[in-house]
Amino acid sequence: MECVFGLVGDGFALVAADSSAVNSILVHKSNEDKIMILDSHKLLGASGEAGDRVQFTEYIQKNVHLYEFRNGIPLSTAAAANFTRGELAQALRKDMDNHLERSELKSLDLTPISVGIITSKFVVTTILAPSVGTAQPKGCIGNGRDSSIAGYDKDIGPSLYYIDYIATLHKVDKGAFGYGSFFSLSMMDRHYHSGMSLKEAVDLVDKCIVEIRTRLVVSPPNFVIKIVDKDGAKEYAWRETIKDAEEPTA
Amino acid sequence: MYGPTKPNRPNFLAIFFLQQTLLTFLLERTARFYRRSNSMARYDRAITVFSPDGHLFQVEYALEAVRKGNAAVGVRGTDAIVLGVEKKSTPKLQDSRSVRKIVSLDTHIALACAGLKADARVLINRARIECQSHRLTVEDPVTVEYITRYIAGLQQKYTQSGGVRPFGLSALIVGFDPDTGVPALYQTDPSGTFSAWKANATGRNSNSMREFLEKNYKETSGQETVKLAIRALLEVVESGGKNIEIAVMTKEQGLRQLEEAEIDAIVAEIEAEKAAAEAAKKPPSKDSQV
Repeated sequence: MECVFGLVGDGFALVAADSSAVNSILVHKSNEDKIMILDSHKLLGASGEAGDRVQFTEYIQKNVHLYEFRNGIPLSTAAAANFTRGELAQALRKDMDNHLERSELKSLDLTPISVGIITSKFVVTTILAPSVGTAQPKGCIGNGRDSSIAGYDKDIGPSLYYIDYIATLHKVDKGAFGYGSFFSLSMMDRHYHSGMSLKEAVDLVDKCIVEIRTRLVVSPPNFVIKIVDKDGAKEYAWRETIKDAEEPTA
Repeated sequence: MYGPTKPNRPNFLAIFFLQQTLLTFLLERTARFYRRSNSMARYDRAITVFSPDGHLFQVEYALEAVRKGNAAVGVRGTDAIVLGVEKKSTPKLQDSRSVRKIVSLDTHIALACAGLKADARVLINRARIECQSHRLTVEDPVTVEYITRYIAGLQQKYTQSGGVRPFGLSALIVGFDPDTGVPALYQTDPSGTFSAWKANATGRNSNSMREFLEKNYKETSGQETVKLAIRALLEVVESGGKNIEIAVMTKEQGLRQLEEAEIDAIVAEIEAEKAAAEAAKKPPSKDSQV
């Protein structure tokens, strides 16, 4: 039921994600932000089991920050994507019952996550989420945790990476996953062309959202759109059909 | 008598006794080596050993290493904290940008140190990891006191292990607490102790700098804090932007390294003020007295 998709336009990359947090038949909230801002010029949109998704994306975000502090310059999008993919690949292959030694990750014990996130793997060591307080994963391969990393580098411009739950990494112009991908990918195949302006791209995103809302049986009501361009990563807009109730004022 | 004869079996008894004497001889030698004689030199060999008068010599020697390091000063103002470090003359061929003496550990924490630079690199790396790790586990940036306690704890660990030596550096850690916004300045040393300061200095000639600060410290803000830090450094360092590195930590902008030109300008101001003060102190010239 989760839909995340993204595309690359003229001087920007865009990621849209649904914003419902669901547990079996219960909708916890409809304004969950699933696109994490990794650093000033990178977005990570992820879908999948909520605890794992948040745990993994925050872990990636902190490692991206750590790299920037250590080296004085931020990571490139490609490097971030490859780091994330690698972390995911490692987590998939970790033997949970017998903790295997992993050479680069000495003192910190990362419990594996069943997340399909699009991210790249870092070689740089890390802050692995310390074993105190990590979410216990259910299994090595989850229900399909996928993610997309969108970023803007000064020298190569915007780029988008697709990473799925078994650590496939692709650099793409447009990508989507989840049930919504059936509709959004077709829509993008029909209307996407390289070098779209922001207005055209947002129109296309809206078209995809309309398709998802019309054709998906349990479609998410609200979406969030975030873009990253030369001025940085920021939230662009929400597309809401249901507004969560306001907090009652005293 | 004729035919093959059995080879003589080795005299096992003799060999056994020979071996025993050899072993006891060697044992005696090593025992003598480790026997605690009264000479103080015996107590500085391993870090884990106290001397009879309660000193940990390795830690004190580490403090010596700090005293030989470059001068570093930190001054806490009401809205900014200033770190200053002496820049020893860079060799002509060296790219000075690769030698950064004031580093940021997080967006709101910075560190300057005096002592062994390689040890500093290791500590800074661990501190940076801890800053991010803390953010990951508790969703909150570290407070200055927390990260100082962490660094000091690390330094202490290495004074109580076998086969390792202490970190040979004292660090000045500055920052703004994320919740309260209060500026803070802490200092750690090789023994692993830490404390908060309004202004402090470490490294070469730190005593003279500290004396100067004790005499001249008052609550300052903004540029005045920078001036105070530079004046303290100028007590022990040759004047000039080339020999001083200054960084200012503010709540809004984080850590900002001052350009050489800026430092030169402030140094010029300070010199002018000093000259004016000298002129005011001078007794009236003889001409005015008739």
